[in-house]
Amino acid sequence: MTTTAALDAGERTARKNDPGAAPRKRRSGRLRRIALPYLLLFPAILLELLVHLVPMVIGVVVSFKELTQFYIRDWGTAPWAGFDNYAMSLDFDAPVGEALLKSFLTTCLFTVVSVGLCWMLGVAAAVFMQESFRGRGFLRTIFLVPYALPVYAAVITWSFMFQRDNGLVNHVLHDQLGLTASPPFWLIGDNSFIALLVVSVWKGWPFAFLIIMAGLQNIPRDVYEAAALDGAGVWQQVRRITLPALRPVNQVLVLVLFLWTFNDFNTPFVLFGKAAPEAADLISIHIYQSSFQTWNFGTGSAMSVLLLLFLLVVTGVYLWLTSRGRKATDA
Amino acid sequence: MRRIRAAAVGAVTLSFALTVAACGGGSSGTEGSNEQPKTLTYWASNQGANLEVDKKVLQPELDKFEKETGIEVKLEVVPWADLLNRILTATTSGQGPDVLNIGNTWSASLQSSGALLPWDAKNFEAIGGKDRFVESALGSTGVQGQDPAAVPLYSMAYALYYNKRMFADAGVEKPPATWEELAETGKKLSGNGKWGLGAEGSNLSNNIHQVFVLAKQHGADFFTPEGKADFTSDGAVAAVRQYVDLMAKDKIVAPGNAEYAQNQSLSDFAKDKTAMVLWQTASATFESQGMSEDEWGVAPAPVQSGEPGPGKATNSMVAGINMAVFKNTKNIDGAKKFVRFMTSDEEQVVLNKAYGSIPPVKAAQQDPAFNTPSLTVLRETLATSATALPQVPEESQFETVVGTAVKELFADAAAGRAVTDDSVRAELEKAQQQMPKK
Repeated sequence: MTTTAALDAGERTARKNDPGAAPRKRRSGRLRRIALPYLLLFPAILLELLVHLVPMVIGVVVSFKELTQFYIRDWGTAPWAGFDNYAMSLDFDAPVGEALLKSFLTTCLFTVVSVGLCWMLGVAAAVFMQESFRGRGFLRTIFLVPYALPVYAAVITWSFMFQRDNGLVNHVLHDQLGLTASPPFWLIGDNSFIALLVVSVWKGWPFAFLIIMAGLQNIPRDVYEAAALDGAGVWQQVRRITLPALRPVNQVLVLVLFLWTFNDFNTPFVLFGKAAPEAADLISIHIYQSSFQTWNFGTGSAMSVLLLLFLLVVTGVYLWLTSRGRKATDA
Repeated sequence: MRRIRAAAVGAVTLSFALTVAACGGGSSGTEGSNEQPKTLTYWASNQGANLEVDKKVLQPELDKFEKETGIEVKLEVVPWADLLNRILTATTSGQGPDVLNIGNTWSASLQSSGALLPWDAKNFEAIGGKDRFVESALGSTGVQGQDPAAVPLYSMAYALYYNKRMFADAGVEKPPATWEELAETGKKLSGNGKWGLGAEGSNLSNNIHQVFVLAKQHGADFFTPEGKADFTSDGAVAAVRQYVDLMAKDKIVAPGNAEYAQNQSLSDFAKDKTAMVLWQTASATFESQGMSEDEWGVAPAPVQSGEPGPGKATNSMVAGINMAVFKNTKNIDGAKKFVRFMTSDEEQVVLNKAYGSIPPVKAAQQDPAFNTPSLTVLRETLATSATALPQVPEESQFETVVGTAVKELFADAAAGRAVTDDSVRAELEKAQQQMPKK
């Protein structure tokens, strides 16, 4: 601040002595006006670079290296591997590539089902909560609890509930309702996919609910009244008014849910530990295992870069498709 | 526009420079120095029932060390689930502790990263000489023919723990000595919601320890003498199958044990639901679960036939904890002094007594505290019939991939799917393909 003040004072004296100094003052003022936003943004940009971009760039560099335990102490000296890490990850006939592809397909299926269920539950709950009734506020709060709980605490509770011999889930399904002949496993074997899905939807749908509820506030009541006068039923109102009006909200919501679910690491890691069962081997866990458990960070990085590219393409195509659709309706 | 670009370029350059500088800071001083002679950071592994117990055991000893030498030791007890990752991170960044505990099976893997101080003749001299330590414990400190990457701190061995009350109820008089007897005894003990043997099917390390010993008994190794992975030999397949068959064929292990990974089998044992477990130094855990010492017995782990001994009569891995020094420590002399202190005869008795383990230091083993019936079994196992896990750089990968294969096979057995030589071989084949190519 003192420098600016000194500069101002200096300029003032300069102007007194020199009539031609007026335009310079205006120029430096403009410069300051233009520079200010960047100055204010600078700390954020710097941190963003340090926390996100630089590690990402380093990750890309590492993906071209043979970074195993022999080099981690001074990873600059790790030999360049060219595209070897990528070739290994993408060779779907060899075990590493085959496992990666399988994990990728599992993750796709998991994401589609989980996002679909989260969205449907969110819309249904939000639409029903539009009507005011006794206890609405209470229900709203209850619905948001899974979203507010810390992930680790919530998921570890689920992992206790899913235990075969002492878990609550089997106690209800097997001991009390008698639905199964023998108590099923949830944390190992094929059922682990269902267990993972349940936890993921339980954790994810309140966010959909929250966003859609906010979106519904923006639809004017009189549109519904007019539709009702014209004889539209509830289902028609939802289909013809609510859903189209929610379109921009949904567009963002589905994208965000997709990215979160696809990349989710905490849920499977806390639920299954270091070695996830094959049926629930999500890509984030798979990459973690490929790098940390086998100490081959080059291959792990290559897989991460491939995942990044895939998500970029999906996001790009999705945004292009949805914005094109919107332009078409606008026109 | 140009100005924005210039600003962006400037910011990127600056932050790159900062990052590079930050990274570079770690790798300097690779050989260790004495810049900070008054302090040490020590990462201890979790040996007690919980982290607090460890702090209570260790802090008085650290205070003693500070009184003797004036060096303050900052203690952090690191849980097992995090320890290896923490060490890897510290290795990468160069910002690690000065002294740390490692699982002795990791010795060769960590040795290959070059981050740990090699214990050559001169360094061993500084802690009183190599011949103070028991031979079998030294066999698990790194690749053979190289200077050890760590020195033994606590030794442990596998044994058969049996629940005396359940044995009496079932009319079983003595613990089984062979696998055949184990299956027979187990069948007598199983039934009415009770089971003969406990297992931790989802605990990868424990799976490895068990199938490694069985492979030895079948005359097989998971690595060739040249250090190449060899998971699918007939002996290895037979070993893995024999272990999983305890659940699949003999049905003396509860199917629920397939998802156990947090020592639930020990709780079952303490609750009289499981009669036997094959475990290393379980006494402290049983006590913390409310059992008194006369309620359980300890016998040598079973062999195929005859008496435990070397070779095919191996009945335990050399389990234990080693102590290592990070090469780039800023207090190299202090670190060695601290290792000398922790491995001194006197401290070895105090620490191993507290943890229920066996001192890997010969003189300390003579202390009467290690002559109780249960510790005698462990001590004799270590001396005569324990073998070190493969001392190869890929050991930690081996634990992960083969441990996972055994976990998957347990999941099959628990779900009632058949476990055959072919299915075992297929899982092991898959595991071998995941090992790094040499």
